[in-house]
Amino acid sequence: MTICRGFRQGANVVALALLVLAIGCFALPAWAEYADVVLNKRAEKEGVRPVVFPHWFHRIRFRCKVCHAELGFKMRVGANDVLMSDIIDGKFCGACHNNEIAWGPERCDLCHTGKPGLPSGIYGGHETGGPGRW
Amino acid sequence: MGNCVGATWLPLEDDGVHDPLAPGVRLLQQPAEALGRLTPDSAGNYVRWVEALDKGEIKPREALRSKAAPRFRDDDILLNLKGGMPIVRFPHRAHTLWLDCSNCHDHLFKAVAGANKLSMFAILQGEQCGVCHGAVSFPLTECTRCHSVARSAVNGKPAQAAQGGALVPAAK
Repeated sequence: MTICRGFRQGANVVALALLVLAIGCFALPAWAEYADVVLNKRAEKEGVRPVVFPHWFHRIRFRCKVCHAELGFKMRVGANDVLMSDIIDGKFCGACHNNEIAWGPERCDLCHTGKPGLPSGIYGGHETGGPGRW
Repeated sequence: MGNCVGATWLPLEDDGVHDPLAPGVRLLQQPAEALGRLTPDSAGNYVRWVEALDKGEIKPREALRSKAAPRFRDDDILLNLKGGMPIVRFPHRAHTLWLDCSNCHDHLFKAVAGANKLSMFAILQGEQCGVCHGAVSFPLTECTRCHSVARSAVNGKPAQAAQGGALVPAAK
């Protein structure tokens, strides 16, 4: 029993040491801001970086209902088919991104800032194992 | 990182979703600059969004072109009357400050207290309350923010447990 317990304690110490080493050696994971949305259904196929949509930035300036009721954005990543031609026509993002309320659609670089290869989805910490469909 | 009030926000170029080489990244507002001024929270964006709105720290627009009057409702609905967890108090006020009725009714929830069968399994899968909570509004790790009314406090008479606003107990 004593030997067994000693062995298990030793194993615990080794495991702890490995854990400390692992935390020390690898940089902490980088996290998007809660509720950042990456939009890449078409972007990279069209030769531009994915879009990163920051919910936090927009909700300081607009209530949810402006985009999700008035402008018609469905509350599900991937459910909105937004083309640049729609935006230029003043629909979806283009309702504000028109050089009057916010920068216009010719400022490609300000929205298409995502890391190449990122799939569409909602990012950010505090995940709980779900929601699976985001 | 983690669950502490006063947590810091990562710079955009280090957040794992922005490409540090993208020319626009350095022109964008940093989360710490905008969010650091608002009432702090321990989860999500580390901002108490409803409190920030109530205190006037932020003044988000209600509409772009719509001339329709915003629709508010400030009653509370009690849910989960027969479960094991504390009773859920759903505040219409906090929700209609941000959302229009049509965002939830009737495709997510029937507009009758007690008519909706809610399930944490569905919520964790991003359905029902989980369409927003766990994705953009406070995350599903914050159990007691919804499960907030002690069963002993209600004692079969939900209306007496009210803390402001009319309470509408779910019938089932």
